[in-house]
Amino acid sequence: MKIVVLVKPVPDTFGDRVLSLETGLADRAASETVLDEITERALETVIRHAEASGDVEVVAMTMAPAESQSTLRKALAMGAAAAVHIADERLAGADLVRTAQVLAAALRRAGADLVVTGNGSTDGSGGVMPSMLAELLELPAATRLETIEITADAVRGTRETDGGTQAVTAPLPAIVSITERMPDPRFPALKGIMGAKKKPLEVLSLDDLAGELEGIGAPLEETEEPRSIMLAAAQRPPREAGEIITDDGTAAERIAAFLADRRLA
Amino acid sequence: MTQPILTLLLAAPAAEGAEPRLADGAAEVLGAAALVGAPVALVVGPESALPALAETAASLGATEVLTASVDTAQLGAPVADALAAAIAEVAPEAVLMPHSIEGADAAGRVAVRLRAPLSVDAVAVERDEEGVLAKHSVYGGAYDVSSAASAGPLIATLRLGSVDHRAEAVAPAVRALEVASTGRPAAVAESFEPAAQASERPDLRSAKKIVSGGRGLGSKEQFALVEQLADALGAAVGASRAAVDAGYVDQSLQVGQTGTSVAPELYLAVGISGAIQHRAGMQTAKTIIAIDKDANAPIFEIADLGVVGDLFTIVPQLVAALEARKG
Ligand SMILES: Cc1cc2nc3c(=O)[nH]c(=O)nc-3n(C[C@H](O)[C@H](O)[C@H](O)COP(=O)(O)OP(=O)(O)OC[C@H]3O[C@@H](n4cnc5c(N)ncnc54)[C@H](O)[C@@H]3O)c2cc1C
Ligand SMILES: Cc1cc2nc3c(=O)[nH]c(=O)nc-3n(C[C@H](O)[C@H](O)[C@H](O)COP(=O)(O)OP(=O)(O)OC[C@H]3O[C@@H](n4cnc5c(N)ncnc54)[C@H](O)[C@@H]3O)c2cc1C
Repeated sequence: MKIVVLVKPVPDTFGDRVLSLETGLADRAASETVLDEITERALETVIRHAEASGDVEVVAMTMAPAESQSTLRKALAMGAAAAVHIADERLAGADLVRTAQVLAAALRRAGADLVVTGNGSTDGSGGVMPSMLAELLELPAATRLETIEITADAVRGTRETDGGTQAVTAPLPAIVSITERMPDPRFPALKGIMGAKKKPLEVLSLDDLAGELEGIGAPLEETEEPRSIMLAAAQRPPREAGEIITDDGTAAERIAAFLADRRLA
Repeated sequence: MTQPILTLLLAAPAAEGAEPRLADGAAEVLGAAALVGAPVALVVGPESALPALAETAASLGATEVLTASVDTAQLGAPVADALAAAIAEVAPEAVLMPHSIEGADAAGRVAVRLRAPLSVDAVAVERDEEGVLAKHSVYGGAYDVSSAASAGPLIATLRLGSVDHRAEAVAPAVRALEVASTGRPAAVAESFEPAAQASERPDLRSAKKIVSGGRGLGSKEQFALVEQLADALGAAVGASRAAVDAGYVDQSLQVGQTGTSVAPELYLAVGISGAIQHRAGMQTAKTIIAIDKDANAPIFEIADLGVVGDLFTIVPQLVAALEARKG
């Protein structure tokens, strides 16, 4: 069985992330780039399944600028057997539809029994990529799984939705997205880091995917223009600290009075 | 203001035999649609529930209601088929739906199918001379961004709890929509377990006041202090990821980067250090109060009132003081 995990390099959330006010695009030079934690969890989940059941090939795939390749090495060090990096300058500023078309083309080329993604990224936070890919690849999608069980011919799990818990299943091939309830990702061991250097890492340009893009009805030329346009981006002024007091036995009264003053109690 | 704005209203999952209600966010998307045009609703659910759901949609302001009956056990594809049919029928200027699991799934599928522009997780919609635009709060509220469609209807998912405007009730004008199924493969919902007990506290996503607890509470039992304070203020309960990971509360109460983003009138943080990923989900609150024993906790950098002290002493006193003031 071949399982492709979609991993995404993002600006580290531990730093101040910068958006260019001119283009509305992420200023990648301003922050350190790391693998989005949710996609590391997706990878961890799949690697655990591969370790337990054997006979599973785990591939990490991303569409990201050339500079972020080290994050794929990390995915290999964690335990993926191979990696695919779609990097092309023409993809800078790609919107959701275009990103989905390109990832769908690469997934078609790879041929996967199961595609696993995060439920939403910490930069775009769209949360729509899995359903877009399902539509383009004509696959069933089980989104936002909090538990997962992969068998030879199906994937099942549960998800939290309006007012309760739903148990869902899909026959393979399928696409699923997972949430933060999945286990914490492992730290790559030294052996994994050394081994990662010898594992295959394929770099693809848009031209390499021309045939597949045609196949999903999104020929190369057509993937060029952005469909939504950013009109304005403004930075909020940073919040300032107010009054800080140390409790001397009267703090509770002070808070109660503060709330009453502002008509919040 | 007569341009049709299509809204997608879904039947919420219901237990076997129970009649479904409209999923959360229906009143909000209709309210948002009314601000920029004429709200039209597509109501999707099981056949038997459609008349009642359509009536609810009209009571929430849908000037026209289209209904589509689907097998709700089939996830994603059938709702997308109905939405695509409604877009063809109504030719709306924009399409709005809640940024819920099912809303986002339908938006994603239809956007790629129609090659339509997609704005996700919008916090407001507005109109200018050129048409409808969506407003976003990105990177944890550090930036405000607006986006619009270059061509075709703008499809936008709306963050739950972000729109206060409500449309006026109208008399129902309901008709059934013909939907041609694409027969696209779908995942299947096998069962549904309703949440044990719906809380009587306000919903975190739309609450005006929130009291949130962190790892500082120390245990699930002691987290009850946060609940008592919330009840004294009529507030919703929230939590940090560390509190969720420690099992003090359910994940649905997590505030932050990867939890819920909130922008209430009051955010009162108890035993939460204020990690950047937590602040990302709450720093646009109007008033922030923090109680923490560590004077260097980063939460104090953004608090309007910061109290350095032991929460186990202060919170019970505060609950008592609030009760006393109520008289
Ligand atoms: C601040 C900001 C706001 C944006 N807003 C919009 C918008 O409103 N509309 C719009 O059209 N575009 C928008 N974009 C661009 C959009 O985010 C990108 O196209 C992005 O690659 C895909 O969206 P996402 O990360 O939100 O996906 P999500 O749907 O949140 O991602 C879910 C999962 O899909 C997988 N995935 C997503 N992207 C990739 C990738 N490039 N490589 C590998 N796996 C991936 C990951 O597993 C991820 O966990 C925005 C970008 C930024 C930085
Ligand atoms: C990709 C990513 C996404 C994340 N998303 C989120 C998210 O959505 N939401 C989120 O919250 N976090 C998120 N985090 C985690 C975040 O980095 C922090 O680990 C988390 O917010 C810490 O929670 P906390 O403040 O409760 O715990 P701590 O940082 O441990 O803080 C506990 C505080 O309690 C105080 N305290 C202890 N005892 C007392 C007492 N008796 N009286 C008063 N004060 C006391 C301590 O002084 C301390 O300041 C994310 C992290 C990553 C990497």
